[in-house]
Amino acid sequence: MSTRIAGFGATALAALALLALVPRLGNAYYLALAISLLQYTVLATAWGMFSGPTRYVSLATTAFFGVGAYTVAVLGEILPWPLVLLTAAALGAIVAGIVGLSTLRLSGVYFVIFTFGLTELIRQLVVWFEVNKSRVLGRYVFVNITQADIYWQLLALTAAVFLLGWLIARSRLGFALRVIGEDETVAKHCGINTTFAKVALFTISATVMTLVGAIMAPRWTYIEPSIAFNSMISFQVLIMALLGGAHRLWGPVLGAVPLTLLFELLSARFPNTFTIILGCIFLLIVYMLPRGVAGLFEKLSTTAGGKPTQRVAA
Amino acid sequence: MSQDSGTPVLTISGLRRAFGGLVAVNDLDFTVAQGEIMGLLGPNGSGKTTALNLISGVLRPDAGTIRLMGQNIAGLASYRIARLGLARTFQLVRVLDGMDCRENIKAGLAFQRPHLPASEAELRIDRLLDRVGLAGHDRRPAADLTYIDRKRLELARALAAKPRLLLLDEWLAGLNPSELAIGIDLIRSLRADGITIVLVEHVMSAVRALCDRCIVMSSGRKIAEGATADVLSDAAVVKAYLGGVAVDA
Repeated sequence: MSTRIAGFGATALAALALLALVPRLGNAYYLALAISLLQYTVLATAWGMFSGPTRYVSLATTAFFGVGAYTVAVLGEILPWPLVLLTAAALGAIVAGIVGLSTLRLSGVYFVIFTFGLTELIRQLVVWFEVNKSRVLGRYVFVNITQADIYWQLLALTAAVFLLGWLIARSRLGFALRVIGEDETVAKHCGINTTFAKVALFTISATVMTLVGAIMAPRWTYIEPSIAFNSMISFQVLIMALLGGAHRLWGPVLGAVPLTLLFELLSARFPNTFTIILGCIFLLIVYMLPRGVAGLFEKLSTTAGGKPTQRVAA
Repeated sequence: MSQDSGTPVLTISGLRRAFGGLVAVNDLDFTVAQGEIMGLLGPNGSGKTTALNLISGVLRPDAGTIRLMGQNIAGLASYRIARLGLARTFQLVRVLDGMDCRENIKAGLAFQRPHLPASEAELRIDRLLDRVGLAGHDRRPAADLTYIDRKRLELARALAAKPRLLLLDEWLAGLNPSELAIGIDLIRSLRADGITIVLVEHVMSAVRALCDRCIVMSSGRKIAEGATADVLSDAAVVKAYLGGVAVDA
């Protein structure tokens, strides 16, 4: 077991080293595409970390992404960059904690609707504050961060998210989350403090999403609420995680990579009908791949007579 | 366990819970002594499951106290009550279908305090699988089990925490005669281990075979209490259950 983990760790490090060389290719288009791929990989993986085991479908990705981006817009020129990221992470964690405590007692569709409403609420609050207090509606982002810097930060965050997810899946907290996802009533009678477990993981996942927003913010030179809080991100991340398979740590990346490439293609070719096509893709995924690409792989490996792939939390 | 031998495991007094105008549990009192199997009987809708839900913290009582080993647990969250040594099964069997048998039982013990060392936990899971008759099924998904095996697994999960009090909500319902005999033997063997049990049951042969004492509820109130044979021949009980015919299975 430990040799397998060591081998896997070495492969992951080698892959990381290779991926770190992408900015050296010197091609701005590929770098931008790679940034998009990493952004959605981290967002979808973070989404799956909470929503996969608990089966609580969250549409709050945009809210946290936006909080991160706006923190940079406000503090980017005032504080040193590491401190800006730290503040963004702290803000994301605080918002997630408050939202978690007030909503995670809700279940099913009520939770989905609330998280969707939350994004709009935060966006409207930011608009209100900017119009009435700071008297600006948009902000310029002047920080000395290059595209390559953004890429490397996202790559580091990707590595951190996978490591964190791997550790959580092996922890008591990860097991608690799976029991909650199976049957919350049973979970409570097994002695699981379900509210704590859910809020803890929701907060971890949201903090990662906030960091993505903060890291991505310097890509725009100008930020306004409708850019930072674009609800399309929530839906795209949801589709990616479902396509890949949110019940596995490595599932969402299997959805994030092909869909980011597809969205890139579609939004360039069909800018006006993009959202209609997106909706159709969503329907197809739910009907054809209810357990995602990861589920398909498992099914194939089982029917081929092979041993089913090891669960993340086994 | 020995230091508590004088204290009843469960003491309920003045317990009440209403849903709107319907009083589901009304001024309920009873105690369950260490090592006893207490039957909680009554027709459908008499308040038995509501009583179990109040004891296990699914519902909060409107009034009354519930003492587990002397400590008032009325209104505590379910997970706290579970950690104090109460385990239960459900009227409609609830196992974790997406997990295998081993993980199902692990769920029952992984969140108790203090935490068991992993090797000890694995050993206990093996023993429980053996105990309930699921040895060799440890990696089988719970979703693939037959009805009685699901019941067995649910019981093993409840036992995993080494509970002081076990609430069984119609655990024997729906079993065929040979399965019923196995089930009765299994529950009887728990008593030999000193586990105190409250048994909600409609299968009268099982009640006669297992319960030391019974209480009978009707419309939320306790209408009879005493030794099993006496209670089942009590005129008020017979009337509540069958409208006049003797209670027998």
